[in-house]
Amino acid sequence: MPGIAVILRLTALGLLTAFLLTPQSFAPVFAPFTQYGAPPIYDQGNLLSLALSHLGTVCLAAAASTLVAVSLGILVTRGSGAEFLPLSRSLVNLGQTFPPVAILALAVPLVGFGEKPTLIALFAYGLLPIFENTLIGLQTCPPALLEAASGMGMSARQRLMSVELPLAMPLILEGVRLSLVINVGTATIGSTVAAKGLGEVIIAGLLSNNTAFILQGGLVTGLMAILLYDAMSAIERRMFKAARID
Amino acid sequence: MIRIENITKRYGDSAVVDGVSMNIERNSITVIVGTSGSGKSTLLRMINRLVEPSQGRVLIDEKDTASEPAHLLRRRIGYAIQGHGLFPHRSIAQNIATVPRLLEWPEARIDARVTELLEIFQLDPGVFAHKFPHQLSGGQQQRVGVARALAAEPAVLLMDEPFGALDPVIRAKAQDDLLDIQRRFGTTIVLVTHDIDEAFRLGDQVAVMSHGKVLQCDRPAALLTQPADPLVTLMTGSADRALRLLSLTSAGEAAIPGATAGISVAASASLRDVLSDLVWRGADAANVLDTEGRPRGHLTVAAILSHGRSR
Amino acid sequence: MPGNFKIDRLGALLTAMGAAAIALLPFVLFKTNRIMPGDPQSLWNVLAPAAAWACLAAVAIAAIIALTLADARVRLAAAVLGIVAVALAVAAAGDALTPAGNKIVRVAPGSGFWLLLIALALLATDAITRLRPGPALRVGLLALFAAVAGMTLAHGTFDNLSVMREYAVSASRFAHEVRQHILLAFGSLAAAVLVALPVGILCHRIPRLRSGILGVLNMVQTVPAIALFGILMAPLGALAAAVPLAAALGIRGIGTAPAVIALFLYSLLPIVANTVAGLKRVSPAAVEAARGMGMTRWQILMSIELALALPVIITGIRIVLVQNIGLVTIAALIGAGGLGTFVFQGIGQTAIDLVLLGAIPTVALAFSAAVVLDSAVEVMDRKPQ
Repeated sequence: MPGIAVILRLTALGLLTAFLLTPQSFAPVFAPFTQYGAPPIYDQGNLLSLALSHLGTVCLAAAASTLVAVSLGILVTRGSGAEFLPLSRSLVNLGQTFPPVAILALAVPLVGFGEKPTLIALFAYGLLPIFENTLIGLQTCPPALLEAASGMGMSARQRLMSVELPLAMPLILEGVRLSLVINVGTATIGSTVAAKGLGEVIIAGLLSNNTAFILQGGLVTGLMAILLYDAMSAIERRMFKAARID
Repeated sequence: MIRIENITKRYGDSAVVDGVSMNIERNSITVIVGTSGSGKSTLLRMINRLVEPSQGRVLIDEKDTASEPAHLLRRRIGYAIQGHGLFPHRSIAQNIATVPRLLEWPEARIDARVTELLEIFQLDPGVFAHKFPHQLSGGQQQRVGVARALAAEPAVLLMDEPFGALDPVIRAKAQDDLLDIQRRFGTTIVLVTHDIDEAFRLGDQVAVMSHGKVLQCDRPAALLTQPADPLVTLMTGSADRALRLLSLTSAGEAAIPGATAGISVAASASLRDVLSDLVWRGADAANVLDTEGRPRGHLTVAAILSHGRSR
Repeated sequence: MPGNFKIDRLGALLTAMGAAAIALLPFVLFKTNRIMPGDPQSLWNVLAPAAAWACLAAVAIAAIIALTLADARVRLAAAVLGIVAVALAVAAAGDALTPAGNKIVRVAPGSGFWLLLIALALLATDAITRLRPGPALRVGLLALFAAVAGMTLAHGTFDNLSVMREYAVSASRFAHEVRQHILLAFGSLAAAVLVALPVGILCHRIPRLRSGILGVLNMVQTVPAIALFGILMAPLGALAAAVPLAAALGIRGIGTAPAVIALFLYSLLPIVANTVAGLKRVSPAAVEAARGMGMTRWQILMSIELALALPVIITGIRIVLVQNIGLVTIAALIGAGGLGTFVFQGIGQTAIDLVLLGAIPTVALAFSAAVVLDSAVEVMDRKPQ
């Protein structure tokens, strides 16, 4: 039933936009979660600007991860980079065992507090799913197609650009989507090192024992992640509606 | 047109193709037949330099193929492979247009060529141009594969087991189509197969390969009547070689003057089919008619049988 | 064979990294107390020339081997030699810079040391990857490494380095937090396995449930960890206030209870999803054959379906365990303890050594869990074939 799904998504988007634009009108909803007359809506900053900078940090990090991860994936699957392939595979596996908080904490001594350590942590954490998917996508390209492409006189570059990358694209985008969604959540931790974002709202709630704040921060982040996931899926479907890789 | 001179491909110490020389006439079909591992695909792939020879050279129109960049060479040579190798992310029209695009033909010329090829291969352009490979049947995909290989009007077409993935009925049709296409465009075709029947059916000249060497390269009939090597006989099969020989001559070619009372057969039918027809109907002779129904002479069982003897 | 001489590209990259680390970056940082910025010191400044040259020689040998030799075993040996030399050098630097009896000055490994260590570790990783060790050998190597690391730490080799100074200050708390960290990660995993396995089987059997349940669990995953921890605080607090028994059982708004529940919720999706995927991979022919041989439904489930799906299910458990070990760090924010306590205290006090005291063991735990469970999956995946 795609109809219902679309309506649900539009409703979610509508609610999110409405809440970010006029948070005070939702005060009655959150009031039951407060005690001792604490404010029901986050009042130490503009929610919309926090959400936007949250999203901005995540997207910037994802763009950087995509660029680096895809380039690396291409590099190690070419003949000249083959010596790096086994190592890079191991690094992908090892890297996934690194908790994001650890990366964040270790980045602080290098670049100080603020946005930078968050960007570094999100960048590093976002690399892995994209790199892994790029590798799988490029390596599982059917040999018959590569053979056909070379046989028709494509140069190595043309083959990469017009056969290998387009065929790997669905997997690459899936990696980007995965890392975006993970990072929307992970970015909240950035507020422990003073990055501007929705984590601020949650941490303010934790500190002042105000569940309404925690709910707001959590729900807005969660909704953003879900909507981002859906938007990416929709773009992917649109791009690859016709073609299918057998 | 193509001259292969003493070509060798070594991987480490083992020679996959070992000192092969071969001449391929213009406008002919040469079939390279052999078991798997005989080096037949490697030999084919050295013609368009998908495999670089360790030794020897290939000349096309007296020009050494090593004298130009491999990818430019390949754009002039059609290449079709088993399982068609169509790009799943591109429409049929885009697939066919691949090499013309690489050659930077004007759009109008590309469109015209794509439409022309689709029509030749009995694929309605209005229906198929914008479909994707996975929406086609196996036989249709195979036809698109050949159409794509012919798109840039290559003088030479290389085919590596092009019909390997097809079932017998579609396969026979695809072979007939290929013969039509070859007559129509006059393309010089080199085709690799492990199927000796296919080799006999398509080849003006058949090269039998084993362990990297060409045992014999000759007209199909000569492979049967003057085998150069016991392995050639083993491969062409000795039990039914008389019938196989009959299948290489058409009724029109073998017809003797005069007419007979009784059944008629088409001039294009092979002697094998005519014999079978006569046995089935209990007749001793048949009139041979050409496509317009004009008499071309007649055939008797005895006359047919004389074509099946080793000479 | 001079014709075959070829410079190894990976070796060249790692050598460049190492050379830059030695030439341009400080090997250790000397701090007058734990939160002061460090005073950079090179290898030459802090070690006796003989010791510095010995360390450099070992690293140079590793570099030459990395550049020229292809045999993975030799490369691994070279990497280990380099790592031992660099580790001993940094320990010696700590001893050399610390005045006897002084507990205030800190000697922290500098960026040069870390980069050098990373280059050598990459060399070792590459060599191990090329050797393709079997699962038993991988676990063996891990155990060996853990034993050597444990012994050197117990022996006090690194006691004059800043991280170990932090450890010395809070040794008893450290043991407690490690235990708490493991308890939280494994406890929530165990609870999740108990629930997720039946749910996964149910989803497999009843396709109509599948998309609904997986959808909800997917949504849970999108709620950021700190928010989920926080959201659970309120109802649990209320529960503790209203039901004395719950409070007596240790359920409170902050601490272990919300942490375990949140981790449990996060753990469900990977295990349910992998159970479904694992069961899906069981060929219908195998189930059909089992039925034909007269197995009961229960027997089919236990000895055919689950047995064949087990590697995929364990892969899900591996994902969860590694994820949980990381997430427990965040649970420190709601007072649940664990190694995250040191990380966040360290961030709060800008004491990097304290951050490392929390971060290094967390990474080590997650890494070990991944190696052990990956090996288990490989053993199981290999057996049926």
